[in-house]
Amino acid sequence: MQNEPDLRLEEMVLNMGPQHPSAHGVLRLVLHLDGEMIVSVDPSIGYLHRGFEKLAENRTYLQFFSMLSRLDYLAGFFMEWTYVRCIEGLMEIGPPPRAEYLRVIAGELNRIISHHMAIGDYLLNLGAVTPVLWTFRDREDVLDLLEMLTGQRMMYNYARVGGVRYDLPDGFEEQCRKFLRRFPVMIDEYEQLITGNEIFLARSLGMGVITAEQALDYGLSGPNLRASGVAMDLRRHDPYSAYPELDFDIPTGASGDSFDRYKCRIEELRQSVRIIEQALDALPGGPVNMRIPPMLRPPAGAIYRAVETGRGEWGNYLVSDGSLRPYRLKMRDSCFVALSTMPKILPGHNIADVVGIAGSLDLIMGAVDR
Amino acid sequence: MSWGLSFVIHLIAALVIGLAVPALSALVFPFAVRRLSGFMSDRLGPNRVGPAGFFQPIADFLKLLLKEDVAPLKADRRLFRLAPAIAFITPVLAVSVIPFSKGFTIANLNVGLVFIVAFSSFTVLGILLAGWASHNKYSLLGGLRSVAQMVSYEIPMILNIIIIAMLVGSLSLNDVVGAQGKIWFIAVQPLAFLVFIVAGMAELNRTPFDLPEAESELVAGYLTEYSGMRFGFFYGLVEWGNASIWALTGATLFLGGWRGPFAGNPGWLILKVLVLAFAVIWFFATFPRLQVDQLMNFAWKVLIPLSLVNLGVTGLLIILLPNSFLPPVAAFSWASVITIILLMGPVLRKALLRKRLKLNPGTELGTSQS
Repeated sequence: MQNEPDLRLEEMVLNMGPQHPSAHGVLRLVLHLDGEMIVSVDPSIGYLHRGFEKLAENRTYLQFFSMLSRLDYLAGFFMEWTYVRCIEGLMEIGPPPRAEYLRVIAGELNRIISHHMAIGDYLLNLGAVTPVLWTFRDREDVLDLLEMLTGQRMMYNYARVGGVRYDLPDGFEEQCRKFLRRFPVMIDEYEQLITGNEIFLARSLGMGVITAEQALDYGLSGPNLRASGVAMDLRRHDPYSAYPELDFDIPTGASGDSFDRYKCRIEELRQSVRIIEQALDALPGGPVNMRIPPMLRPPAGAIYRAVETGRGEWGNYLVSDGSLRPYRLKMRDSCFVALSTMPKILPGHNIADVVGIAGSLDLIMGAVDR
Repeated sequence: MSWGLSFVIHLIAALVIGLAVPALSALVFPFAVRRLSGFMSDRLGPNRVGPAGFFQPIADFLKLLLKEDVAPLKADRRLFRLAPAIAFITPVLAVSVIPFSKGFTIANLNVGLVFIVAFSSFTVLGILLAGWASHNKYSLLGGLRSVAQMVSYEIPMILNIIIIAMLVGSLSLNDVVGAQGKIWFIAVQPLAFLVFIVAGMAELNRTPFDLPEAESELVAGYLTEYSGMRFGFFYGLVEWGNASIWALTGATLFLGGWRGPFAGNPGWLILKVLVLAFAVIWFFATFPRLQVDQLMNFAWKVLIPLSLVNLGVTGLLIILLPNSFLPPVAAFSWASVITIILLMGPVLRKALLRKRLKLNPGTELGTSQS
């Protein structure tokens, strides 16, 4: 048996992305595979880097505005909201109450379309073709509402320092209420198709488990954190805007697997419907914005403000030197954190779970790379 | 009639029908898939080319014909070009033993069932060659997956074909249809029919067993490097040709073949094929995809034991009651199916949930007001 050659066993290195149907934009994962089993994962980011933080330093406060919704392009209003909260915080002004309610309505509509995308895309990654089309059908209704409200389907440019750009247009309230009446039925329909499906259960239960400690250590936020059982929601724990006056629940999972993350998002859709209904009911009168100087010069200082987006905490750290331009704008993004958990949670899973777990974490590369 | 003349006539008939069946399936099934899955996912589907979009597959076919036939630089060119042709052997040849109506079989082989089973393996060879010759990691993974999957699922498939052969006492498909004069075998052996459907989905690489070409994971699996008409061969002629071979076999074995009310003719067979194809499309629009390990477990731990038990009991009943074995076989099979449907579904789901509860107590998603 001396001449028997050694059987050479080696790991296969698979470059998944940045051009891949499930790359969520341009995510690149360097996978080391043992057969179909994942040995290690090395996420490689930067393919969508546009240098937003530096661009902010070269533009006046208002010139930078139109770039904000290009960050997390599926829920752009949250970025605008955070940015105006920073400037308002530095200037120590607060928008009129009606504007706060309109921001809540726009924000929750954004949360709905963001979760639509998350759920549909997750199921598409698992190989189910129908749910994504159902969620896109309903997403279209919300996009219509947002178009009525802001004039745009995706890049809203709706928030203003000291208020919002437009008041509610005619007919918005009826159309919105019609949607809110119909939408819970649609959520039940998603659940009928997806939640009880045994193949979906087999693909999601116990997959990509993130324990509560791990989640807190990594700094996860949003549905990904709540699925691990930590009932942390900035809308409740760092109350801002009109949220203290609105009643809503924070869904939490317990095991932190893909199923819990999916289920949390489904539940948050229902809560968003509740919030918008209350906001429409309690909508105060009055102006929707206030007079601010056309050349904005916030007083020198530094401020951190965060907003609970559909994907977690979006924070801006804004340093002003009292000039026309921000001295420094640092953005804190939750998808980046969720992405950084992948090397920890993926090894030991199957190659099919890479896209499944990535889908359940709801990554959006526009926000990760900035 | 001389031997030579008979050979020529049979050859021409075999070529005409053998080429017409895959070509017609490549024309009708993609149209049906797009329109029906479009209907199921609440959208229109292609409806511009021809009446209700019926000529869309022809337009696609023409486009594929006009496209450049690209082979990757490092591919094994000869195998790369040979693979679609090898895979195409199955639908062309297997159709020649199918009885289309009384006395209308191209080759009335007395081992028709063995012939179909034997030739259905050529697709695996073609797919493996395609995956290997492409010199692409996704293709290779897809090819390996498809071999593992098709070889595993061929066993329950063959076991259930043997059950029917035992009921008939012959391997000739004409005898199979002849034996179903009074009652179709779906009423005698529903268990075998269900296993045949499930194993067929896996053999055909259809959802929920479409792992070899899992778009969201493996880009397009073994098809990744194919373009132009070679892609068309695999996607249209081989896949859908195989689907119609599977449906023709299923209709012949379980649904009485060309038999039907009024007069037995090929129309009934085509109708039954369309009903089975509808099931394929329905699954496609409903299910996510299984994982490789779950797929293998399902074949080896569920389908094969189930088929073996069914085979053993059926054989035992045939030996014990040689003259009137159909009623007891039917009773056993129906009882098993009803037991499985009534008992196993809820039990499985509960087992899944219990497993989950044990992992992490209190996993039921609750809403906590903190």
